[in-house]
Amino acid sequence: MKIDNSLPLEYKTEQNKLNILGFWIFIGAEVMLFATLFATYFTLEHRTADGPTGAEIFEITPVLIETILLLTSSFIIGLGVHAMRLGRKNAMMTFFAITLLLGLAFLGVEIYEFTHYVNVGAGLQVSAFTGILLTTLGTHGAHVTLGLFWGLFIILQVKKQGLTPKTANKAFIFSLYWHFLDVVWIFIFSFIYLKGMM
Amino acid sequence: MNYFDRFAIPHPSPAIYAAMVAIGLTVIAILLGLTYFKKWSYLWREWLTTVDHKKIGIMYLIAALLMLFRGGVDALMMRAQTAVPDNTLLDAQHYNEVFTTHGVVMIIFMAMPFIYALMNFVVPLQIGARDVAFPRLNALSFWLFFMGAMLFNISFVVGGSPDAGWTSYFPLAGNDFSQSVGTNYYLLSIQIAGIGTLISGINFMTTIFKMRAPGMKLMKMPMFTWTALITNAIVVFAFPVLTVTLLLGTMDRLFGTHIFSMTNGGMDMLWANLFWVWGHPEVYILVLPAFGIYSEIVSTFSRRNLYGYKSMVASIVIISFLSFLVWTHHFFTMGQGPLTNSIFSITTMAIAIPTGIKIFNWLLTMRKGKIEFTVPMLYTIGFIPIFTIGGVTGVMLGMASADYQYHNTMFLVAHFHYTIIPGVVFAMLAGLTYWWPKMFGFMLSEKIGKWAFWLIAVGFNVTFFPMFFTGLDGQARRMYTYSEGTGYGALNLLSFAGAIVLAIGFAVLVYNIYYSTRYASRNISSDPWNARTLEWATHSPVPAYNFARTPHVNSIEAFWDHKKKKQPLFKGNIEKIHMPNNSGMPFIISCIFFVWGFSFIFSMWIPAILTTIAIFACMAHRSFEKDDGYYISVKEVEETEKDSEVLTDENR
Repeated sequence: MKIDNSLPLEYKTEQNKLNILGFWIFIGAEVMLFATLFATYFTLEHRTADGPTGAEIFEITPVLIETILLLTSSFIIGLGVHAMRLGRKNAMMTFFAITLLLGLAFLGVEIYEFTHYVNVGAGLQVSAFTGILLTTLGTHGAHVTLGLFWGLFIILQVKKQGLTPKTANKAFIFSLYWHFLDVVWIFIFSFIYLKGMM
Repeated sequence: MNYFDRFAIPHPSPAIYAAMVAIGLTVIAILLGLTYFKKWSYLWREWLTTVDHKKIGIMYLIAALLMLFRGGVDALMMRAQTAVPDNTLLDAQHYNEVFTTHGVVMIIFMAMPFIYALMNFVVPLQIGARDVAFPRLNALSFWLFFMGAMLFNISFVVGGSPDAGWTSYFPLAGNDFSQSVGTNYYLLSIQIAGIGTLISGINFMTTIFKMRAPGMKLMKMPMFTWTALITNAIVVFAFPVLTVTLLLGTMDRLFGTHIFSMTNGGMDMLWANLFWVWGHPEVYILVLPAFGIYSEIVSTFSRRNLYGYKSMVASIVIISFLSFLVWTHHFFTMGQGPLTNSIFSITTMAIAIPTGIKIFNWLLTMRKGKIEFTVPMLYTIGFIPIFTIGGVTGVMLGMASADYQYHNTMFLVAHFHYTIIPGVVFAMLAGLTYWWPKMFGFMLSEKIGKWAFWLIAVGFNVTFFPMFFTGLDGQARRMYTYSEGTGYGALNLLSFAGAIVLAIGFAVLVYNIYYSTRYASRNISSDPWNARTLEWATHSPVPAYNFARTPHVNSIEAFWDHKKKKQPLFKGNIEKIHMPNNSGMPFIISCIFFVWGFSFIFSMWIPAILTTIAIFACMAHRSFEKDDGYYISVKEVEETEKDSEVLTDENR
């Protein structure tokens, strides 16, 4: 395996570079996936039948908490990658762990939010609007859930194997994924919640 | 519905029971055969766990050919049913299922694996790479596709096939109008195969961007690799749309959401739009690699370099862009207003321009060339006029106002078979024959191959040309029968006759494979066609590591210039070669996906949850796995290279 020492750890081997490019292309596909969901959401946004509208069910407090949690976690994982590049394994693991805890808290609030929607009569089967709303949010939430496990495994691997080109590569790719989820959330926040509450 | 009723076939017929017995006996025969000949470990070691792009390509090929015959039998049943007026061979429900599965099998489970068969085998060789970027993901792609296909294929013996057409339009495909689990099969099996395809798209884009031989700039890539790159780019952008569409359909059918329903605010037209946002680019996912294959073949057998390389590249890029802007032409008549129809009419017709450029480039490549009428070249030459008929009728359909006249008639059926069969099937058969010696180390018989070509070409035209007339006369598609007074009888009978000739053509093709496997000479050179691209610079069949030394490229046709102008191709000494280890994980995880899909289809929630957990457990296991591959030593490589007459720079 050729190792190029002029590059950061995560870019050092040929396979690492392939993994990172491959992951960027995957993010391209994910952009299309969420774009399709958003397009569908905008089409069905006002088709609420006899069910509630967005303005009636959206609550700003949990949404703001979710936003702050996720944005902070995205910032913290940036610190984690920075620590990784400085070779500080423990700092990196700590930052990643904080990221995941914030992610977990986000998920907790989202679960609360979902039960709230069901309780106020905006369940999955009520109207086209509630169906697509919960599907879109749920798809993002499922991504976060997957990310929690993924991040946990990466922390365990870094703990066991140390910072090698391989683990660094995995951690870096995970950070890209996490930032991407944040970007998607910004769209959800702006175009589902804020637009819906206006 | 009672629990066990869901598993029963809603409309059983003797043919289905016969198929059930046949499937059961075949499975038992395969299992017994494998045990008797002690082939289990060979199968596991060499095929089920392989990560070699060449073997994966061959497995895609076998799967595609099997599916070709399944889809072909569906086609024959349809033609037989409509051969005479008021026929009762099939009932309406059975006919609905047959045309639905014919469409799905042919597009998703035959044409897609066929292009990925050739891409897998050829692209890494053409760019001088050892393998694809992610060999394991490549195996995963194949097995996901395969399990998706198998899941779809068991639908007609367990629970009933989908019957809402291959486009599966809602609300027809919704729970109200399609009560059997057929459409669930459609949603879940295509979803599983689609994930595999998306992974392939990412894999091949990365491979082509990052793993080209030194000196091979983008504008020095062979045409097939160019089309593979653009095709996979379309895959990466179009398949997520399909993923979401199928997901939303599944939500509607299994969890009672109202996204595509007629009540509670749902919008059935959304399905049509989303489906075709994926579906139209899909047409070009199929046809662009075909264009790449024709480009290689036309230049090889005209003994000239490809005319207008740059305009070829430009036209495929333009086609890929336009392919996303035309989806609405699939439903001009569904009431979207004149302005929308006009815009989509114009973008649709615009596609004829880059496609026309390609046709002229092929013709100009042949001009003043020394054409050799080999089997691949016959398919290529046959393709041009037939595809042009398909293209011209496509422009006719693209005129929104005229489309109101012949939308949903047999004219449409004739049109798309006139594009897809020469545009995909001919290309795949041409590519199969062309690359066969590279795959297996012997040539297919040219004589039998020519018989197959003529039977297929003539049979195809006899089958589909009459449909232009019956269509303009008003015969609607998807109608399982018609009365004698319509006067469609004679032309439909002619179609049926053509379909039989077509079937005989494919049988001859199979015979050719059998005959050549037994009798063809194994003593062929690595470059039997006197071809121009890099894949012919290594042995036939190709060793596991592809190239003993990395080729260095400095022109579009590096291998040709190496042969004719004595430009050096391989530099440096043989070094030890790093290879990935085999892995059973892609196969195992795909098997779990099969059970996962089956559980969702029948709403069996406990196995659905268990398999979901199992899938993530496999991913976690993979994440912790330590696997650095292995090395092939210099000695081993030299041993393999010794008995070959592959041209090294020293002895050339």
